[in-house]
Amino acid sequence: MIWLAWRQFRLSALAVLGTLAVFAAALAISGPQLAELFRESQASFFELLEFDDFKKAVFVVGTALVYAVPAVVGVFWGAPLVAREFEAGTHRLVWTQSVTRTHWLGTKLGMAAIAALAAGLLGLLLTWWSGAIDDAIAAGYSSDTLMGMPRITPVLFGARGFLPAGLTLLALAIGVTASLVIRRSVVAMATTLVVMVGVQVSLAVLVQPNLLEPRVELQSFSLETLDGDMAGGPAAVVATFKQIDVKLDQPGAWMLSQTTVDASGSAVDEFPSWTSDCVGQRDAMAGCMARLTTEGYRQRVSYLPASDFWTLQLVETGIVLGLAAGLTGFCFWRIRRDLT
Amino acid sequence: MNTVLQARGLGKKYGRKWALSDCTLDVPAGRVVGLVGPNGAGKSTFLNLAVGMITPYAGTVEVLGESPTSRSAPRSRVGYVGQDTPTYARLSVADHLRLGAHLNPAWDADLAAGRIARLGLDPDQRAGRLSGGQRAQLALTLGIAKRPELLLLDEPVSALDPLARREFLQDLMEAVADQQLSVVLSSHLVSDVERACDFLIVLVDSRVQVAGDIEELLATHHRLTGPRRDPATLPADQHVVTASHTDRQSTYVVRTDAPTLDPAWAVSNLGLEDLVLAYMSRPPTVRDSRPALQVLR
Repeated sequence: MIWLAWRQFRLSALAVLGTLAVFAAALAISGPQLAELFRESQASFFELLEFDDFKKAVFVVGTALVYAVPAVVGVFWGAPLVAREFEAGTHRLVWTQSVTRTHWLGTKLGMAAIAALAAGLLGLLLTWWSGAIDDAIAAGYSSDTLMGMPRITPVLFGARGFLPAGLTLLALAIGVTASLVIRRSVVAMATTLVVMVGVQVSLAVLVQPNLLEPRVELQSFSLETLDGDMAGGPAAVVATFKQIDVKLDQPGAWMLSQTTVDASGSAVDEFPSWTSDCVGQRDAMAGCMARLTTEGYRQRVSYLPASDFWTLQLVETGIVLGLAAGLTGFCFWRIRRDLT
Repeated sequence: MNTVLQARGLGKKYGRKWALSDCTLDVPAGRVVGLVGPNGAGKSTFLNLAVGMITPYAGTVEVLGESPTSRSAPRSRVGYVGQDTPTYARLSVADHLRLGAHLNPAWDADLAAGRIARLGLDPDQRAGRLSGGQRAQLALTLGIAKRPELLLLDEPVSALDPLARREFLQDLMEAVADQQLSVVLSSHLVSDVERACDFLIVLVDSRVQVAGDIEELLATHHRLTGPRRDPATLPADQHVVTASHTDRQSTYVVRTDAPTLDPAWAVSNLGLEDLVLAYMSRPPTVRDSRPALQVLR
């Protein structure tokens, strides 16, 4: 059965894994160079990186590729796995040989899962490659570009660590489930793509912020940590602050929410009227920040620190693998039922 | 005589429609059974049940003494050639033989290779480039070389031209003679069955109408033509299959073991085609009753 599974799978397996291998080579070569660049440049690392188009491209393409791997695997390996047999009628040929359907599905799925795991490990390779960037961020250097974003933030989190491997296995399970339920390749492929994009977006937007208990910190105000302010007031004559946003003084952390609180600890509805003095006044801003701090105002920030990265990876990957296992169980149950 | 396939009250329902209902029959070993009926009569459903692709909704089916969906199903002892003789279009002929060898413990590689050589198939040719007849032969080779005791074929020749049809059936007959297989072959054409089979099952509207040895069926079915008469006046041992009347004349197709003695009747024998047509053209009310005419052995 292994022979047949490989005979049918090898072409699409080599196409996907070959592409990824080429990219993995690019990562392997430029990874040490990136580490070297950081060792030499330290504080000016991000500035120098801005001029290195190759590494910038590797970073952007790599992140995009790791995000795309699950969908590609689900669509091209998972969705046709059973549906193509139905379309050609060959399920009537292969399921009436001496091996059981369970054995047949187990072998095909097992082989695809091993390949999917290999494809998903590109996420770990990208994590290794980005090590220098993560070190630079941890050292307090920052950049407003995509490369300067902490790896725990949703934009990058799904392309790092072992979560991509978990997502790839889930995508495969979604593809095979669609394959068995829908029984037509093209429709199953489209469905898998839509579901997988939905899963990845909702994981990042809805699930990820709620998995771990966030740290809460009261941060005092200073010009350095000020991220922005919004002002407004009655007829804009005596405009006061409406909202103040700060930057987290924790490098590499993911800010979940922030709000300004007064000395009693309750959220501020109206800022004191004297803040109108510094609205739009660059020079007065430092004084205002200091006065807010002395009057007991603080910014209450909740965040996940950089050190939570691997815990968050573990929890989210666990959820994803749980879903994948559930769907796989369904597939094995379904294939034993009537299928003509 | 051994029974290779036994159905008891076997039924399958899709939604509210019965695809096969109340099917009770025994297929004796060593026979080539023709399963005949119009399209949609339940032939494929019956074979799918027998090969374990689907599970019964009612009743039981046993193949070689085991349920085909059970853990101990005799998977390696039952061959199956599915509708339209499916093959993998992208795999070569040789790959198909390798598939058979890898997936079947009792695979007879010499037999398979010999057949392919004799049929003149190029082992390197992709199955997708074979003609319909060659593809059917390849599928049959897969079915035969696994060395089954029972071979089930679901409309294997329906897509073939008359010449390929004849060749396929002839080839099947040779394999049957060589290996002492039992075969169940479905078709909607009586001529296929006439050429290949010695046992007949007629399936109409999801029900078995008649089942039995073909020679015996032909010997016991007669067409009676004579002056118009009420069927109630026929002897009790004559089971009426069909009756048609004009103003002055009645024509009956009857099954009877005893010779017809009434001199008013002109008695003629039926061909297999006429016999099958007689059962197919019975009014639904008669069809839905239990097949009184079943030949049990």
